Amino acid sequence: MSIQETLQDSKLQLAIYTATGRLMDHRANAISPELLPRYQEMRQHAHDLKKHTIENLDHYMEEFEKNVIAHGGKVVFCKDATEVSDFILRLAKERGAHLFVKSKSMTSEEIDLNERMEHHGLEPVETDLGEYIIQLAHQKPYHIVAPALHMTRFQVADLFTEKLGVPREEVIEEQTMIARRVLREKFLAADIGITGANFLVADSGAVVVVENEGNARLTSSAPKIHIAVAGMEKLIPRAQDLAVMLGLLGRSATGQALTSYTSILSGPKRPGEVDGPEEFYVVLLDAGRTKLLEDPEKRESLYCIRCGACLNHCPVYRKIGGHNYPWVYSGPIGKILAPQFKGLMADPWLPFASSLCGVCAEVCPVKIDIPRVLLQLRSEITEEKQRTNQGGLERLAFKAFAWAMRRPWIYEWGGMMGAGLLGNGGRWISELPIAPGPVKAWLSQRHLPAPAVRSFREQWRARRTK
Amino acid sequence: MSREFILGRVRSALDRKTGQVVPPPPPVWLLDTDWTLEEKLASFKEKLERLAGVVHMADSPENAREIVASLITGKTAVVSNATLLADLGITRLPGVTVAGQDSEQSRKLCAECSFGITGAAFALAQTGTLVMRANSQEARLVSLLPPLHVAVVRKEQLIVDLDELLTKIPKPVEDSSSMVLITGPSRTGDIEQILVRGVHGPGVVHVVFL
Amino acid sequence: MAKSVSLFVTCLVDQLFPPVGLAMAEVLERIGYSIDFRQAQTCCGQPAFNSGHREPARDVARYFLDTFEDAEFVVVASGSCCSMISHHYADLFGSDSKMMDRVHAMEAKTYEFSRFLLDVAQVDDVGARLNRVATYHDSCHALRELGIKKGPRQLLSKVEGLELREMPVAEECCGFGGTFSVKFAELSGAMANTKIESIKQTGADLVVSIDSSCLMQLEGTMRKQGLPISTMHLAEVLASR
Ligand code: SF4
Repeated sequence: MSIQETLQDSKLQLAIYTATGRLMDHRANAISPELLPRYQEMRQHAHDLKKHTIENLDHYMEEFEKNVIAHGGKVVFCKDATEVSDFILRLAKERGAHLFVKSKSMTSEEIDLNERMEHHGLEPVETDLGEYIIQLAHQKPYHIVAPALHMTRFQVADLFTEKLGVPREEVIEEQTMIARRVLREKFLAADIGITGANFLVADSGAVVVVENEGNARLTSSAPKIHIAVAGMEKLIPRAQDLAVMLGLLGRSATGQALTSYTSILSGPKRPGEVDGPEEFYVVLLDAGRTKLLEDPEKRESLYCIRCGACLNHCPVYRKIGGHNYPWVYSGPIGKILAPQFKGLMADPWLPFASSLCGVCAEVCPVKIDIPRVLLQLRSEITEEKQRTNQGGLERLAFKAFAWAMRRPWIYEWGGMMGAGLLGNGGRWISELPIAPGPVKAWLSQRHLPAPAVRSFREQWRARRTK
Repeated sequence: MSREFILGRVRSALDRKTGQVVPPPPPVWLLDTDWTLEEKLASFKEKLERLAGVVHMADSPENAREIVASLITGKTAVVSNATLLADLGITRLPGVTVAGQDSEQSRKLCAECSFGITGAAFALAQTGTLVMRANSQEARLVSLLPPLHVAVVRKEQLIVDLDELLTKIPKPVEDSSSMVLITGPSRTGDIEQILVRGVHGPGVVHVVFL
Repeated sequence: MAKSVSLFVTCLVDQLFPPVGLAMAEVLERIGYSIDFRQAQTCCGQPAFNSGHREPARDVARYFLDTFEDAEFVVVASGSCCSMISHHYADLFGSDSKMMDRVHAMEAKTYEFSRFLLDVAQVDDVGARLNRVATYHDSCHALRELGIKKGPRQLLSKVEGLELREMPVAEECCGFGGTFSVKFAELSGAMANTKIESIKQTGADLVVSIDSSCLMQLEGTMRKQGLPISTMHLAEVLASR
């Protein structure tokens, strides 16, 4: 569904607006000065923590690895998606594993892990309700926190009937119970559980997973093997830092001071423990992150804790929804991550699809200055176009602009010309059969202001000479 | 293995040398809030009830056992190996089986029973949270697989918040593979943002303070 | 002798909304300032900067600095252009310490109009009168980069006869965003519509802002829809009597 189609689908518009609006309200409530008087200080602290960690990432990666090993687990460094799937395939083969339960992980979406596993005959099953629905529908998540935000109960009813062969059920509670029954069997039969990680704690070798449903607890506790797949930017120095980080994450995402479940996990079950996995792996994924680290200006993109607040507040996301962004990360954070991971010129329009209103930076719990990164990316794209001889017309126009703006008489003359051309509100432009597309679109929504017959400077001169 | 390759790239991106000393991280931020027991109990109750959890106050060990007994009447329950629960006589209530030390056995019980009954390492007043640590007394699945969860907690274990927890236990997984914070029942809003409880974990949580 | 302020009316006001500039001058004169208008002024360079063309933006910025170098105060008719000068010029000249000295000197004396009234002139009542029901639109750069929120409301509250009503989402973007509104016209229009819905809810017949660009977007869309709601720059409201 294109941007235009999304804008015209009034039901979808309402769904996006209501869902994001509700999340905005929950957040606003949770961070209100009465409930969280030191919120702004916390944000700054979280920003400083992430900055420190990212700037010394090699150290924390090694410390993390050392502590995972001390607790009987293993850290697998993977430079790209292929290395992750190779590792998982090899392990599956050695252990005779076929059925995988998975809990929500944007990192695994990022590397298309499910497709890769299915391609090799393995069965990965998403267990977060939203992700499960998305997996059945063969779609990408619509939102990093609420993956099935765009789907109605009726679409879910159709989907369950078609894919699960159950009688049609339109009551949401019942639909949820259907998923519970189907997935409970998968949990108990699964050979391997794959989770993501919201944080990796260096001083503890711990993987921290935040959720509301209990599927991540099941994924990490029921199967004999637990693999956590995480980008290496998820590190934080100390377990004690979790107080601030968890407090910000839950409140920014859904307005919860703590989500229903927070699992802090390290290593397989220890001697004497009753249950838990027998093997524990953490996949530390690069897949473009080291490249991003090279740029001290834009490095802060890696501070993101995936709370989704910038999506919920973004007036563009709230109009075009999640699927019009070219990658799994949507919204403002997607707008700065996609060009840096997939290449600047993969979707050169993306960083320009913003009014630069800045609400994303205002709500980001780790204070990423997204508009600044967007501006930086815009400039890089423009330079890249120059290198490859594209966009010559626009470049010429801005050159001319700068030239004219340093010559007030030219500027003034240009203004008078413009006033003449736009004399009737510019309506004639939109009526031209060959009207330039964007201009036509602009005028289809608005009237141009009637241009001033005499500019301010003319009037000012007249006033002075009076 | 890409370990060296990746670490090398990270170092060169950050302009750091192998083993280069790290400047001190920002100081730990943990607030110290002082609440009386009454304040803590009131807050825990308010917060958990807001999430549709239920809080019971027992005035004696017998009373605690009676409360649990009345909750599980006519239903099956799996009880963790916590000594507190045995001491209270909860392990001897009708319909109750102890999880035991065998992982397969315990898992089977948890998958079949209606109730899971556990203790808790701590409870957090600020958020209505139960803190569970995996060990020989507490299996992970007892508070997870059964549709209803009952936790019996001594008032001494009720602390203010996550900050106090991490002050007491700076390394939560040092001597246990898992610390889980449970704040209310399992919930989802993934379809049309309608709240449904009990999607994968327990849909009902009772806490009995002793 | 009256203290002098230099007006930067911005290219948009100069070419499309001269009454805003005149109103600004009138208010400043009313409270005892003499006005210096430099005919050499043009644009702050933001259109080029926001479109990723930093070289031309730098040229225009340099020209701006030359033009206003010796001004005592520069009062700007737009939050967005003011923020370009006081926040983003630094991005343009980051590695050039000589230029940065000039930029910082300019930052220190550049004020958005409402902020100048409140912080420098220290007046909130300029003796204005206007019998209208108005709602105030927070323009994004003024709000988030300059931190301007209460000031304009305070000034409006002192206007005799004016009733000020808050709209439900005053802080949401109007969808203009410069070339964004051309490159993504339908999207930008949809954003304006949402904003206008919340304006309508107030029952106000006037939208006030400190950025003419937002007002152009909103007024253009409201006129196309035939709504009986008009727009005024804060300066125009304060000049009314
Ligand atoms: S960029 Fe900030 S607001 Fe957006 S998802 Fe990441 S942490 Fe949350």
